[in-house]
Amino acid sequence: MSAEDVVLLDCWVSPFCMRVKIALEEKGIQYEERAEDLFGGKSELLLTSNPIYTKVPVLVHKGKPVCESSIIVGYVDETWASPPLLPSSPYARAQAKFQADYIDKKLFDAGSSIWRTKGEAQEVAVKDFIEVLKQLEKFLGDKDFFGGDSFGFVDIITIGITSWFSAYEIFGNFKVEDHAPKLSAWINRCMQRKTVAKVIPDPEKVYEFVINLKKMMGFE
Amino acid sequence: MADEVVLLDYWASMFGMRARVALAEKGVKYEYREEDLRNKIKSQLLLQMNPVHKKIPVLIHNGKPVCESLIIVQYIDEVWRDKAPLLPSESEPYQKAHSRFWADFIDKKLYDACSKIWSTKGEEREAAKKDFIEILKQLEGQLGDKPYFEGEKFGFLDIALITFYCWFHAFETCGNFSIEAECPKLIAWAKRCMQRESVSRSLADEKKVYELVLGVQKMLGVE
Repeated sequence: MSAEDVVLLDCWVSPFCMRVKIALEEKGIQYEERAEDLFGGKSELLLTSNPIYTKVPVLVHKGKPVCESSIIVGYVDETWASPPLLPSSPYARAQAKFQADYIDKKLFDAGSSIWRTKGEAQEVAVKDFIEVLKQLEKFLGDKDFFGGDSFGFVDIITIGITSWFSAYEIFGNFKVEDHAPKLSAWINRCMQRKTVAKVIPDPEKVYEFVINLKKMMGFE
Repeated sequence: MADEVVLLDYWASMFGMRARVALAEKGVKYEYREEDLRNKIKSQLLLQMNPVHKKIPVLIHNGKPVCESLIIVQYIDEVWRDKAPLLPSESEPYQKAHSRFWADFIDKKLYDACSKIWSTKGEEREAAKKDFIEILKQLEGQLGDKPYFEGEKFGFLDIALITFYCWFHAFETCGNFSIEAECPKLIAWAKRCMQRESVSRSLADEKKVYELVLGVQKMLGVE
């Protein structure tokens, strides 16, 4: 099987795309990364393979598209068995999916609110974001990773968004480490992994990207 | 040791019904506990078992909680694997991903669209009706000419959608339109599903659902 069989429609700064890349790297799968220009014009392949949302990431495996990052990571886990990303017991799997679902619903939007607002609204956004971080720390507890001793599904779902934390901290004038030290330690632990370090972009570049995005969207 | 299964639920919730259908498909005996959501009273047990969202349904299996309806359905499918498999077999990751995608689509889009049909008026209501029909047509497209969403067998994606069916009467009456006229294949599918005991016994009575909606509309000041 060659890299041509596995194509990822991608955007370097998207935390959702990072999830898929890390999952593929963990499984040792060769893949072709195709960068989408989300502002210039979406490719034909993106529009036809994800007509419902026209969003990245899309994994195209042997010509068949899989969409929605959490679903793609589940698909990668089921298609290539080793190493397993989800635990084997039904209860542990349900817990992992629940946590991933919470992160999907809350984390990125809470962070986005920080750079999209000013003044009092921004202070509220920072407070809300810290609440989400504290919930993540509850999920993590005293474990090394969300699932226990091994890096797995929930870690993969969460780590990409942390590359945006520096941008949130600068705009919101706060430090994640002050409010969520255990989570900070977890971030450092994950970044030690080759697969993660390879995929996660430089937070400074993410910050520059957000500055441009703000300008483009008309938030000064 | 016998399994102890409790479901914290609300009679009219299409999300709670999903868990009920799945448990019935598997022939699992469970204790149903009604949460008094109409009067906005959440039990201590609910707050304890779902501290993150404080929402129903919650499945409590031998004292351990599972939350979020689609996650509950998958959990039920994995624990009681031997009877009536709901997600395609292990050898079909693509089919599983496909079903999960469309179930996720239903969760992201359908509930909001249909809530707006009965909770708004005038132009907003008309826009909500349009969105709702558009979403149903997309789902109808996925069904095609198959008896069920995944083919010959009733499964995960059918469960994700069928529980909205008992609310259709309320939407049609509030919105003054016929869903069958717009999506005949989908209604045929719904009636086919309703022939299954697991479905007909789990779904709420559509007239009672409509009465509930009327009551909430009065409270909100919407006709």
